[in-house]
Amino acid sequence: MAKRTAIVGVGQTNHTSKRRDVNGQELINEAVKRALADAGLTLRDIDAFVIGNMDHFEGINCVDGWSIDGSGAYMKPIMKVTTGGSTGGTLGSSAYYHVASGLFDVVMAIGWEKNSESDTQAAISTCADPILERDFFGGAIGPNAAEYAMYMKQYGASQEDAAMVAVRDHNNALNNPYAHLRKFITVEEVMNSPMLCYPIKLLDSCPRSDGACAVIYASEDRAPKIAPRPAWIHATAVSHDYVYFGDYDWEAMPTLEATASRVYKRAGITNPLKDIDVMELYLPFSTCGVVWMEHMWVCERGESPKLIRKGVFNMEGELPVNPSGGVLSTNPIGATALIRIGEAALQVMGKADDRQVPNVRTAMATAFGSCYWFEATILRSTMS
Amino acid sequence: MDNVAIIGVAQTKYEKGKTKNYAELVYEVSRMALDDAGLELADIDNVVTTTNDFYDGRTIACMAIAEAAGSYGRDATNVEGDGTLSAFYGLMRTLSDVYGTTLVTTHCKVSEGAPRKIFNQMFDPIYDRRLGMDAISSSALQARAYMDRYGITQEQCARVSVKNHGNARNNPYAHVPLDITVEDVMKSPVLADPIKRLDVAPVSDGACAIILAKEDRVKNGRRKPVWVKGVAHCTDAYRLGERDLSRAGALEEAARKAYAMAGVKDPSKEIDVAEVYDAFSYMELLWYEGLGFCGAGESGRLIDSGVTGMAGALPVNPSGGVLSAHAVQVAGLARIAECVLQLRGEAGRRQVPGAKLALAHGITGICAQTHCVWVLSDTPAKEV
Amino acid sequence: MEEKPNQATELLELSSGKAEHVYYWHCGYYTSRFLLGLRDQTTILGVRCSACGRVYVPPREVCGRCFKTMNEWVDLGTEGTIYAFTVVKLPYVDPNTGLPIKVPRTDIYVQFDGADTRLMHWLDEGDETKIKVGARVKAVFKKERRGTIHDIEYFTQV
Ligand SMILES: [Zn+2]
Repeated sequence: MAKRTAIVGVGQTNHTSKRRDVNGQELINEAVKRALADAGLTLRDIDAFVIGNMDHFEGINCVDGWSIDGSGAYMKPIMKVTTGGSTGGTLGSSAYYHVASGLFDVVMAIGWEKNSESDTQAAISTCADPILERDFFGGAIGPNAAEYAMYMKQYGASQEDAAMVAVRDHNNALNNPYAHLRKFITVEEVMNSPMLCYPIKLLDSCPRSDGACAVIYASEDRAPKIAPRPAWIHATAVSHDYVYFGDYDWEAMPTLEATASRVYKRAGITNPLKDIDVMELYLPFSTCGVVWMEHMWVCERGESPKLIRKGVFNMEGELPVNPSGGVLSTNPIGATALIRIGEAALQVMGKADDRQVPNVRTAMATAFGSCYWFEATILRSTMS
Repeated sequence: MDNVAIIGVAQTKYEKGKTKNYAELVYEVSRMALDDAGLELADIDNVVTTTNDFYDGRTIACMAIAEAAGSYGRDATNVEGDGTLSAFYGLMRTLSDVYGTTLVTTHCKVSEGAPRKIFNQMFDPIYDRRLGMDAISSSALQARAYMDRYGITQEQCARVSVKNHGNARNNPYAHVPLDITVEDVMKSPVLADPIKRLDVAPVSDGACAIILAKEDRVKNGRRKPVWVKGVAHCTDAYRLGERDLSRAGALEEAARKAYAMAGVKDPSKEIDVAEVYDAFSYMELLWYEGLGFCGAGESGRLIDSGVTGMAGALPVNPSGGVLSAHAVQVAGLARIAECVLQLRGEAGRRQVPGAKLALAHGITGICAQTHCVWVLSDTPAKEV
Repeated sequence: MEEKPNQATELLELSSGKAEHVYYWHCGYYTSRFLLGLRDQTTILGVRCSACGRVYVPPREVCGRCFKTMNEWVDLGTEGTIYAFTVVKLPYVDPNTGLPIKVPRTDIYVQFDGADTRLMHWLDEGDETKIKVGARVKAVFKKERRGTIHDIEYFTQV
């Protein structure tokens, strides 16, 4: 029998640029222990595990088996899922379907990355087709830079509009003890930071972090006994579409639009701006925080800069986005999107401490992968 | 568990150095699986692909097969590991309330990379990897531990190779059908004592796909649906030094769970045919014990008695098994596909007459760290 | 960071070494035909879906939208327009050579007339103020061609 499913525990490491004091398994273990403590469970309570990361970032083949000393999945079911940058979203969905299938009661999703162990920009460039595109693909930044250049031309937006998103996310991170970058910044500082790839500057873009995140999912039979206020999963959705980067329609963003439409429909959301109380979005660059709001149907085409200038997405605004500081302040890639889900769950559970948005009933988390693979999750404080 | 059936299967022929790229292989089997099920792509609610960035030679390899697997614009996800695990995740998604049908694909073009080097990347980078461990040397340690403990002879292992290569002569998809004797195996060059050339699976290119459907989505097609009765997976310790290599503990655990789900009490009597992951000849013997086909240490006598031969009471690997065709990640799903053909009565010259209950088995990791067991039947469970 | 018991006096780091892991990518029929088009005809070939009419470059076997095999080849010529561009200024390790890439390097998407998807390549202009989205560009082929994407040396604005 299919089961309703909720998140009952979240754990993450204190993310930072380089963790030389732990190996990968030990890093994972920190998040696992914190998730168990958060849920008040022990390893014995976990029926199955899913884990994910980027293969070529640490060069370890089959991390599901490798992880055992850290994940604690010894003599238990564990499998690996991976979809690039969106891996964390894929992990969350996978743990959700483990439970929703009725086959497992309590399942832990683990995302992790030690970006410091290789040149991740070189590794990510090998996601382009090796025969036809690899040599012309300067990592994830290129397409995103091109996307915002087009947007500015079309809608009269400015680099300052993106800088305001950077300021929002970076300064929200000051309230999050787990965030990697925690430094107060201004629009002026963003504008004056070095240009990486026009029009994206250093402070518009995500860092590379070492870190791990573990999220515990439980069935309707177990969740209410584990957590006083579980975060119920109401819908997940995915879309991706292309094989070559040149296939993608950057102006229409079809996969983001399809993902958002699908997840809203499944969760019964008709007006995201009104129906959703907080969003944890996978925004690898501040520019995405401008353009993508429109493709998620939060506002009309070209309107996003106006809403950003009005502070609609700030902590005290109508729809706070990224109270955690988002991807711009923390980015251990395989964990990044799972942190979005974990943070959204903490908001619903009322456990987000200094970054808590008051009275959250509905939250949304998204994932983004470098093949424009989008995933989205809607969480609510009520089961149905 | 609600009733779920496998309603379509497809495999390529397994061979070395296929000229098609792996996306084209995936398209071939996806198309054939749909045809086999009598479905159009529009009938598929979601897709689970299987990739491994090391074997596929690029980061986020799931990008490369988006169109080929029919996942364009469709809910999709991606597992890294043996195809039995991808299929298990596909089963979970099918059992949830969200999807009614799932296409599962696996592919491998191991001929494009260096398989021994890739396997070496499973080992701990600080310890065993630096010693140059690979699949053959680590498996030789496992073979030695197992054979010494129970007095299993090299001739008994050779008998597995003779049986499976012989069976492969009846399987048009097999890579290495051979008419050989125990003496031929014993005289073949020693690769790592006690493993000889003819004890080892080949490296093959190929692809396999299956389609899963909930009972209410199983149409009265031209093919007989094959029903999933039990599935489980389990993972042992990572480091070889922590494992009892003479026993398949994780397999025992996975089998125990799968049998409990399927209501199987005496596997050696109830199962009509088994397809197991025999990457090396000794493995098939070790798996007999893990699967409860006989007691610990009794596999040598079991193979000698001919019980697992085509004319025996429990034929194992009528297809020729993995010893006769080894596309990594594909091989486990191929075991499921072969069981489906057996239960439909469509296995041609390798058909086990009257097969009603079948077992498929997959492995992944160093010395089969993870096992996955499927029990399949020609009849659905009765309504409770 | 948690306090670790029995702290080591020094934290070590090991490199994976210089050993290269070489792959041999099989191009298959569609990519091979495309590369032969560059090498032997100095032209860019696409493939049209007979069901929806979309023209794909680079060519591939299946139209993802229609899930149909494509067989209708289209010669797209050597000229198109800039769909998007970026000047890469952050050097990273070139996975082909292990050496840092040379920056600035301009990556572009070329929109060929009559194609529905775009080809990635380089533009011979490193100053972003001199590049315009929509500008006409032309492929410059090498004299010695070997059947790779680098048979086109770069694109240049016309
Ligand atoms: Zn089409």
